[in-house]
Amino acid sequence: MSKSRSGANHILRCAVTIFAVAIAAPLGAESMDHKAMAGGIMIENAFSRETLPNQPVAGAFMTVTNTNDAGDMLIGGTSTVAGRVEIHEMAMQGDVMKMRALADGLKVQAGETVELKPGGYHVMMFDLNHALKEGETIEITLKFAKAGDVTVPVVVHGKTAQSSHGAHKH
Amino acid sequence: MARLSGRMKTALWGLVGLNVALITWVVGISPWLQESARSTLGQGDYRLQATDGTDFTQASLVGGPTAVFFGFTHCPDVCPTTLGDISVWQEDIEGSENLDVYFITVDPERDTVDILTDYVGWVPGVAGVSGSREEVDKMLESFGVFAKKVPTEGEDYTMNHSASVLLFDNDGQFFETIRYQEDHDVAVAKLKMLVGL
Ligand SMILES: [Cu+2]
Repeated sequence: MSKSRSGANHILRCAVTIFAVAIAAPLGAESMDHKAMAGGIMIENAFSRETLPNQPVAGAFMTVTNTNDAGDMLIGGTSTVAGRVEIHEMAMQGDVMKMRALADGLKVQAGETVELKPGGYHVMMFDLNHALKEGETIEITLKFAKAGDVTVPVVVHGKTAQSSHGAHKH
Repeated sequence: MARLSGRMKTALWGLVGLNVALITWVVGISPWLQESARSTLGQGDYRLQATDGTDFTQASLVGGPTAVFFGFTHCPDVCPTTLGDISVWQEDIEGSENLDVYFITVDPERDTVDILTDYVGWVPGVAGVSGSREEVDKMLESFGVFAKKVPTEGEDYTMNHSASVLLFDNDGQFFETIRYQEDHDVAVAKLKMLVGL
């Protein structure tokens, strides 16, 4: 049961990777940086982090560029690995970490790039159906008010990664 | 050439000034601040349970250098990265095996001692701490730590909470804070000072 499930997972992961390479290549992307584009919305450098044992949630980070002539709104999403996906904002107030769901979504103005990064905006995945492991690629489908669905391959980096280039170096 | 050495002189005097200021802070002002305002931090009659089988009380802070931080397993960013950072700091500090680290949940309803055992188990020297809501609240007050439930979609919730790591010396006295995303070298310097006390 678990064997056939992990086999299916593996095939899915390969499919996602091949899909990412196939759409990234014509865009002239750097070898490792995954891109996704649909409806004039471009997503770059999407990554998440390896989860700890018993950590049922994870954040995903990426840059979102709206190449359209009108503003759009990132209003939610789904993922093959999560029961629920929300768009969140995290902020430090003094030494207190505050996190909230963006009820109206995240605005991306025409021609603008918005960065989702650790300590700030993120795509929040709840009820993960498996622990995220460094090196795997998962899939998130983001929902935009106008552009509709954009499916994004998300690379899982190490536990303390701060950017799509992996762990912060010292 | 002459102008350059003049500048260097200014820079050197600047460094001397900085050193004097730093020594004044470390020897004079900082301990005075801690003595006057912070010496009761961590003191209280809370009794919680740690994943190493011990009870976590104010006595747990005594007898060796201790680091405590607060979080919850349903935390996407700060808590797992802080735990990850601690595992990185440990590699850079001689004597870090003497440092007791406690990850104390602010969400005891979901984070039982059982769940915390695996969550922290991969970092040496780190114990998870949980207990009843009432004892956790007593503990939070003793450490001056903020924690608040925030509802999300459905019946779910997340927690806003203090993200700093608090350091205590051998006598259980508050020593220093490592802020969230503190520069790696600064964090390691503080821990080296603590462990070398
Ligand atoms: Cu979040």
